[in-house]
Amino acid sequence: MSGPVVTGLGVIAPNGVGTGEYWSAVLRGESGLGVLTRFDPSGYAARVAGEVNVDPAGRVPGRLLPQTDHMTRLALIAAEEALTDARFDPAEVPEYGAGVVTAASGGGFEFGQRELEALWSKGGAYVSAYQSFAWFYPVNTGQISIRHGLRGAGGTLVTEQAGGLDAVAKARRHLRDGAELMVTGGVDGSLCPWSWLCMIRSGRLSTVADPRRAFLPFDRGASGSVIGEGGALLVLESAEAARRRGGHRYGEIAGYAATFDPRPGSGREPALGRAVEAALAEAGLRPEQIDVVFADASGVPELDRVEARTLARVFGAGAVPVTAPKTMTGRLLGGGAALDLATALLALEAGVIPPTVHIGQQAEPDLLDLVGPEPRELPLSTALVLARGFGGFNSAMVVRRG
Amino acid sequence: MTEFTIERLVVLLRECAGEEEGVDLDGAILDEPFEDLGYDSLALFNTVSRIERECSVQLAEDVVTEAKTPRALLAEINDRISQLA
Repeated sequence: MSGPVVTGLGVIAPNGVGTGEYWSAVLRGESGLGVLTRFDPSGYAARVAGEVNVDPAGRVPGRLLPQTDHMTRLALIAAEEALTDARFDPAEVPEYGAGVVTAASGGGFEFGQRELEALWSKGGAYVSAYQSFAWFYPVNTGQISIRHGLRGAGGTLVTEQAGGLDAVAKARRHLRDGAELMVTGGVDGSLCPWSWLCMIRSGRLSTVADPRRAFLPFDRGASGSVIGEGGALLVLESAEAARRRGGHRYGEIAGYAATFDPRPGSGREPALGRAVEAALAEAGLRPEQIDVVFADASGVPELDRVEARTLARVFGAGAVPVTAPKTMTGRLLGGGAALDLATALLALEAGVIPPTVHIGQQAEPDLLDLVGPEPRELPLSTALVLARGFGGFNSAMVVRRG
Repeated sequence: MTEFTIERLVVLLRECAGEEEGVDLDGAILDEPFEDLGYDSLALFNTVSRIERECSVQLAEDVVTEAKTPRALLAEINDRISQLA
């Protein structure tokens, strides 16, 4: 029972800005998916996304506005909420005792696209000096570190949607090495024509134009993923530091494992199951001791099938409640798994499993006990969060209440 | 070309580099070091590049480090503008 403890949460999601607003939207089953408004999507195969449209003025320092991409502004808003929630006071930790590890995917695509357009159409003199770092994939870690004086270990994990868990695991290693406090998780966002085209090329995006029908993981009508922006940042402290500071405890990171899939076409089993088993083993828990699973819920039928079969094999068919609140936000790239982790902690605290929305006919009703459109109230003490990243990344994390 | 004013400089600073909290750019800032106004060399680099485009002048490469205050930067800019005439 001595794993690191989450003592602060900052959430920014398509269906709610701030932990409180997000959590109540989730319990109401309110989706943040819609037809893209950030740019005109009519010429593209995929048109639905989960946008976070928040005015950064007053929420992000004015000096940072010209030098930040949209995703970094969202990350700064979430980081401030998490640190305030944890009642962090830089004076309480040694100068290099607190650091930042976040997950990212492509970096500040929208900023980068704007400056590349300026370069091509007008010339180098028209490119912002801040293009030197505003697009850069580890920029969120750097900006959070600078703004809050978190001068200890810093890093960025790029494992697509698995990154949100991998970052927390890396932060945990820094705590084991002597850091006292880490800001970790991920906030991402890449809704501009350049990144949109790249993501469509993956072949995994849903081309269904109805926001209520586009993202249907574990449904017979599943047609692919929907991408959103946002995520969550968590304040993670060693059990000892958390005890000493005496703040609120959302829960403990009890176990984690990451695996990599075999080469496509090799005929070997996907490696998600091994990640689940290793995470349970580290937590010292048997499958029947897990109270709820937050699924990766790809929405790509073949990947959903792999996940459903894996869960049925490890836990027994229909033996554990499975939920996918990301049906209300879309998949948030580097931010997605961190938001699922935050959601799992909120669920443990409230004793409520959040709903999975929009599902009509389940694809695997015999394998999965999929939580429906209404939240399910029951006492919860453990949760398993699963995440898979494009390219073969599998991650599993077990959290324990309190 | 008309004179480049402090009012115009403030507009471009806000646009290119933002505004530090607690600093009043509309106050008497002519002799305030840029550093005290919250602007680092990158912020000035970004602003100067915009001024160069707007005024069709080329400032010295080291202007960002040499011109420590708005008054010094304005003098440099207006000197170049007068050479254009």
